[in-house]
Amino acid sequence: MTPTDKPQSPAASPARREFLRQGGLAAAGALVLAGGLTLVSRRPAAARTPALAGAQGLPARVYTGPYDTKEPMSALGDITGYNNYYEFGLDKSDPARNAGTLKTRPWTVQIGGLVRKPQTVDIDTLQSWFPLEDRLYRMRCVEGWSLVIPWMGFPLAALLRRIEPGSGAKYVQFTSLADPAQMPGVQGAVLNWPYTEALRLDEAMNPLTLLAVGLDGKVLPNQNGAPLRLVAPWKYGFKNIKAITHITLTAEQPRTTWSIAAPDEYGFYANVNPAVDHPRWSQASERRIGELSRRPTLPFNGYGEQVAALYSGLDLRRNF
Amino acid sequence: MVPATAIGALLPLLLLVSDFFTGQLGANPLQRAEQQTGVLALSLLLLSLSTTPLRLIAARADLRLLWPARVRKTLGLTGALYAGVHLLIYGLDKGFNPLNFLSDVLKRPYITVGLSALLLLVPLVLTSRKDSVKRLGFERWTRLHRLSYLVAALGVLHFWWSVKKDHTGPVIALMLLLALFGIRLLLQRRTKARERKAAV
Repeated sequence: MTPTDKPQSPAASPARREFLRQGGLAAAGALVLAGGLTLVSRRPAAARTPALAGAQGLPARVYTGPYDTKEPMSALGDITGYNNYYEFGLDKSDPARNAGTLKTRPWTVQIGGLVRKPQTVDIDTLQSWFPLEDRLYRMRCVEGWSLVIPWMGFPLAALLRRIEPGSGAKYVQFTSLADPAQMPGVQGAVLNWPYTEALRLDEAMNPLTLLAVGLDGKVLPNQNGAPLRLVAPWKYGFKNIKAITHITLTAEQPRTTWSIAAPDEYGFYANVNPAVDHPRWSQASERRIGELSRRPTLPFNGYGEQVAALYSGLDLRRNF
Repeated sequence: MVPATAIGALLPLLLLVSDFFTGQLGANPLQRAEQQTGVLALSLLLLSLSTTPLRLIAARADLRLLWPARVRKTLGLTGALYAGVHLLIYGLDKGFNPLNFLSDVLKRPYITVGLSALLLLVPLVLTSRKDSVKRLGFERWTRLHRLSYLVAALGVLHFWWSVKKDHTGPVIALMLLLALFGIRLLLQRRTKARERKAAV
C-alpha cells in the first residue's frame, strides 16, 4: 500500500485542496457504502394500525370463556402489524401497509361441494346467522413465534350444521381471494394462487374451530384476514386461511397451498407438535412476540385436551 | 480511505442498535437483527471479494485503480465482525443453551454450513495483520485467503437454506458470487494464455 496517488505538493493551497478533495471523496464513499448496506439489509418496522393503536395491549373485552386462554393478550399493534399474508407481500410488515387496497364489501362466500344446501351468501348475511363469540386463542406460527389473539367469530360447526354436509363429505376445503388488482403479492408466483386450505370434517366440527370476522370486538383488519378467516388454534398459523371466498365439502383430501409448495416441510395436518421438527429448524420452542426469551412449545399448542382424541391411532410423525 | 470504509461499513451496526432501542426492529427484534446482520456480513464479504476482479478489469482498460486493494481488508474484516455479531444474536435468540446449540449444529444443515463459514473466517481474520503476508510468505498467504471464496459460497448456501420461501436475496447473492468466480476464471485463463505465448 504505497500512497503514490497523493501528490506531495510543496505549495500549501493545492495540497490543502487535494486534502479536501480526498476527504470529500472518502466521506462520500463511506456514505455510499453505508447507504447501500442499509438498503439491502434494513427493513423498516411494521406500521401500527392507527385505528387500533389506542387500545394497545389492553383488551377491549373480557375473556373468561371456557376456551379462552388465561395468558395475557398480545399487543394489538403486534397482532395487526406482524403478519404472514403473502398476497400482500413477503415481509411481515407488508400486509399492514398494503392490505388497505382489499375491498371486503360487497363480499360473497360460495358454499358448495358435497352439501345438501349449496348457496352463495353475502358476508353480512352469513355472519348474521350466528351469535358472534369472543375467543382469546394462542396462535403458533410454523416459523417459531406466537401471539395471543382475541378473535371474534362463530364456530365453523354452526355453519356446517346449517348447510348440512352430504353423505360422503369428509373434508372441508377453503379458498382465498386471489385478485392481483387488490393483492399486489398475487402478481408474483411465490405460491400457487389462490391459497387453499382444508380440514378433516371432524376437525372442522370441533368446537375450537372458528370462522373469525372480528378482532377484540371490532371488525377484522384486512391484514388479519378480513372479512372471513379460519382459526384452528391447535394447528400452525398457515392453516388459518384468510379472505375466504369458497367453502367446499369434498370426499377426497384436498391439496393445500403450503404442502404443494414444500411437501417435505409442510403437511396436511400441520398440528403444532414440539416433537416433530421442521426439516430446517426445531419446533420445540417458540418466541411469544413481545418477549425476548423463548418458551417451550406445547403439543397441539396447548389444546390437546380438546383435540388430541381426533388423532388417536394416527402417526403424527408421518402425518405432520 | 480505510477509516472511511470502516465508518461506512459500521454505520449500519450503529443504526441497528438505535433501531433496537427505538422499537424499529418490529415485533420480533432478535430475529430481525439476526437476518440483518447476516445480510450485512454476506454483503461485505462479497464486496471484499469483488475488489480484486474490479482492479484487474480496470487494469485491462489501462486504468490503475489503487483504492480497491486498500478497502479490501476493511471490507473483509467488517464482514467477519458482522458474522460474529450474527452468531452472537443467534445465541441470544436461542438462550445460549450449549446443548441446543450443539444439536442445532449437528441436525440443521444450514446452521452447520453457517458455522463452518464463520470458523473458516477465523484464520483469515488472524492473518490480516500488516506483517501477515511477510510472515506466511506471499504464496501461502494467497492460497490461504482463497478460502474467502469458500466462505462466501457457504454463506450463500446458508442464506438460501435459511429462507422460508422468498429466495430473491439468496439468488442475487449467488449470481454475484458466480459472476465473481467467472471473472476470476476468465482473467486467469487469459493470463495463462499470454504466459504460454510468451514462453513459446
